[in-house]
Amino acid sequence: MSATRREFLKIAGIAAAAGAAATPAFASFIPGNILWPRGESKRDEAYTAKRWAMVIDLAKLDQKVVETVREACHAAHNVPDFLKVAGMGAGEAKRSEIKWIWPAKYESAFPNDMNEHMSANVTQRPVLVMCNHCDNPSCVRVCPTKATFQRADGLVLMDYHRCIGCRFCMAACPYGSRSFNWYDPRDAKDPKTLVGGRAVDPGFPTRTKGVVEKCNFCAERLARGEAPACVAACKNNEMVFGDLSDPESPARRLLRERYSVRRKPEMGTGPQVYYVI
Amino acid sequence: MLDKAIKGSKLYWWWLFILFGAIGTGFLAYLYQFTHGLGETGMSRDISWGIYISQLTYLVGVAASGVMLVLPYYLHNHKAFGKITILGEFMAVGAVFMCLMFVLVDLGQPMRMFNLVLHPSPNSVLFWDAVVLNVYMGLNLVIGWMVLQCEKKGDVVPKWVKVLIYISIPWAFSIHTVTAFLYAGLPGRHFWLTAIMAARFLASAFAAGPAILLLIMLALRKASSFHVAWDTLKGLAKIITYAMIANVFFFLLEVFTAFYSGIPGHQETFYYLFTGLSHHGHWYGQLVPAMWVSLILMFTTIVLLVVPQWRNSEKVLPVTLVILVAATWIDKGLGLVIGGFIPNPLNEITEYAVTLPEILITIGVYGMGALVVTLLYKIAIGVREELENKPRIIGAAEHAAHGHAH
Amino acid sequence: MYDKGKVITGLAIFFLVFTFPFWSNIGKTAPMPERSLDTPVLQEMAREAGLDLEQALKEGAINCVEDKDYIVSQHMHLLNLWRDSVVRSGNRMYAGAFGKRHEMSLSKSCMNCHSNKKDFCDRCHNYMNVNPYCWDCHLTPEQMGTASDAEVKQ
Repeated sequence: MSATRREFLKIAGIAAAAGAAATPAFASFIPGNILWPRGESKRDEAYTAKRWAMVIDLAKLDQKVVETVREACHAAHNVPDFLKVAGMGAGEAKRSEIKWIWPAKYESAFPNDMNEHMSANVTQRPVLVMCNHCDNPSCVRVCPTKATFQRADGLVLMDYHRCIGCRFCMAACPYGSRSFNWYDPRDAKDPKTLVGGRAVDPGFPTRTKGVVEKCNFCAERLARGEAPACVAACKNNEMVFGDLSDPESPARRLLRERYSVRRKPEMGTGPQVYYVI
Repeated sequence: MLDKAIKGSKLYWWWLFILFGAIGTGFLAYLYQFTHGLGETGMSRDISWGIYISQLTYLVGVAASGVMLVLPYYLHNHKAFGKITILGEFMAVGAVFMCLMFVLVDLGQPMRMFNLVLHPSPNSVLFWDAVVLNVYMGLNLVIGWMVLQCEKKGDVVPKWVKVLIYISIPWAFSIHTVTAFLYAGLPGRHFWLTAIMAARFLASAFAAGPAILLLIMLALRKASSFHVAWDTLKGLAKIITYAMIANVFFFLLEVFTAFYSGIPGHQETFYYLFTGLSHHGHWYGQLVPAMWVSLILMFTTIVLLVVPQWRNSEKVLPVTLVILVAATWIDKGLGLVIGGFIPNPLNEITEYAVTLPEILITIGVYGMGALVVTLLYKIAIGVREELENKPRIIGAAEHAAHGHAH
Repeated sequence: MYDKGKVITGLAIFFLVFTFPFWSNIGKTAPMPERSLDTPVLQEMAREAGLDLEQALKEGAINCVEDKDYIVSQHMHLLNLWRDSVVRSGNRMYAGAFGKRHEMSLSKSCMNCHSNKKDFCDRCHNYMNVNPYCWDCHLTPEQMGTASDAEVKQ
């Protein structure tokens, strides 16, 4: 039973209890006093899966690719760029930074897989890090309002309407994948512009100050049958997205063919971003 | 009984005036933070909890410590504490109140606070923390008030209040245990991921909380008619001694596990706190001096507490207690929360520097807590004064049970 | 009761202050503002039906996603349910009361027809003194450049 359906039944009960005698002036205090919803559905063209996962080909990443990917993601999701704010000190800008996907050093992404005398081809390449959309997400476990939750297809999402900004999820995430809106992400003088100068993309909402945000595996693009923005920005299959429950999905094929690692699997979180080497 | 709070000496009114000043300043600072965002604090993407949540952690301990007066009196019939349990209970009310305020000022979207109730999430420790803290505050307020009222009227404390008192004893342990679980259940934060966290929290709480209570009682001896017998205070000092030793012992257990196992993740925060960490040619060690001061002070207090003639000296003990409160505050109210975030999950280091609005808000919340405690104490002391000044008609047994020595 | 006079005076003052909004506004009812439905998209829909806007609305040739009375009194709950459905279940389409499927989107569906936020949303919300936080994150027609309010367009 979907959340909406439950909600509907609940409020239908309240409405019935309140009776039909309510005057119009008070009607708006009684939710759902006619029978609905008639039905809600996915778009016909939506991409669906049993278990979404991302596979990143480390051997193909270079400075240019990671910058393209980051730009594509951050533009599509209206991520502000505090590092570009004139007059904000470097320290304060870095503290306020918001990141959905970004390049990290190999030693930062895989602190436990750092061997001496490793090939520079591995250690010197940038690693794209992002939310791992874990099977057993600790952020979801600690959230006191279910503002961050896991969907049936594995996506770990944020409900920005519900988040109270307690930041427990940030403490719980072992990957540092979550950012907080320390300031309003929109430019105070021009609400059509984000902090840092990027124009707001009307295709996706901005956030408000005081809520946590992170990568959403492009739930909004999957819903209209498009690949995630980062994957779409890759020219050479540097990132592959697919349904892990389907043995013929490109993601599964890549995992079958190559040796893969994940970030901190020992945490028991079951991260679903795989890196092939 | 409420009228007792609006009659007082010049000193009393000056004290209230100062508190209102602190609260007002804090409120203005909060408006500033509310308008501009939490970016006006020193917190960051990496250090996502700062001085607010640190104070919550410290004050939960202070709140829980009231049980160190209640437990000996009600479970072990330690009569000497009868007169002062009310101080522990009202202190707990003020401390929990501050805890809740510190959570509130830390929220990014405080207007949505009631989402906690609208979408209750039993899987979240924060949800349970909110539950146990609110219940504990209610318990102590009701218990303290009822006991005082019965005392005033010369009645026997009703049975249901007795039941609440017995419930409040394990409840005090629960509030600090649940608060420790906020930290101790998070993967990837090695410094916090330790089974002894709750025990360590309780030990430090049972040292610091009674120490604060004892200092307040010493101040009340000077500033009011509330005169607790020195023998009673000596009993409390003994509890503080044991708790402080346990606290330092638990800390040393952590050090052993981290360094004998040699697992880097467990050691890094210790290095950051006590030696500083070098990272990409830069040395980070803001908290090193404070942590050493804290450690040295902790051992100093143990020495001063263990030696009987110092522990029982009216001159030395207050100094010892001030040192103890400072040492545990640095350890728990500063090092524990901030340190746990360093290094971050990507093994990088961001440091935390508290800002002016943050300090003002923190002082404001302490002001509110002090106001609550002041008003409640004023009422309690007022009632006691009234009882002492008029002939009493309660029986001798009742008299003894309430421990009136004067 | 001790200090009877003082207590009663105090209660009376409290009651007066507490009910200030009510008695200070007696006899000064402001008329409920009219929403404007005059937007290019709705005009176009009326034209397609071969009617002028007023007629089309009256005869039910143009409809919202649900019955008008329902929308007037319940739109906030509908929006909340749309929100939860989209954000939490990933369902984006809504089967409306008049046989059409609509995208559950404030900015793409609601504000597409009602591109006059100032004359449509704000009038009532200001009158009722409600301040929904939709626009902290979602873009207004004005910000998207699709506004049809006369004063906003200039």
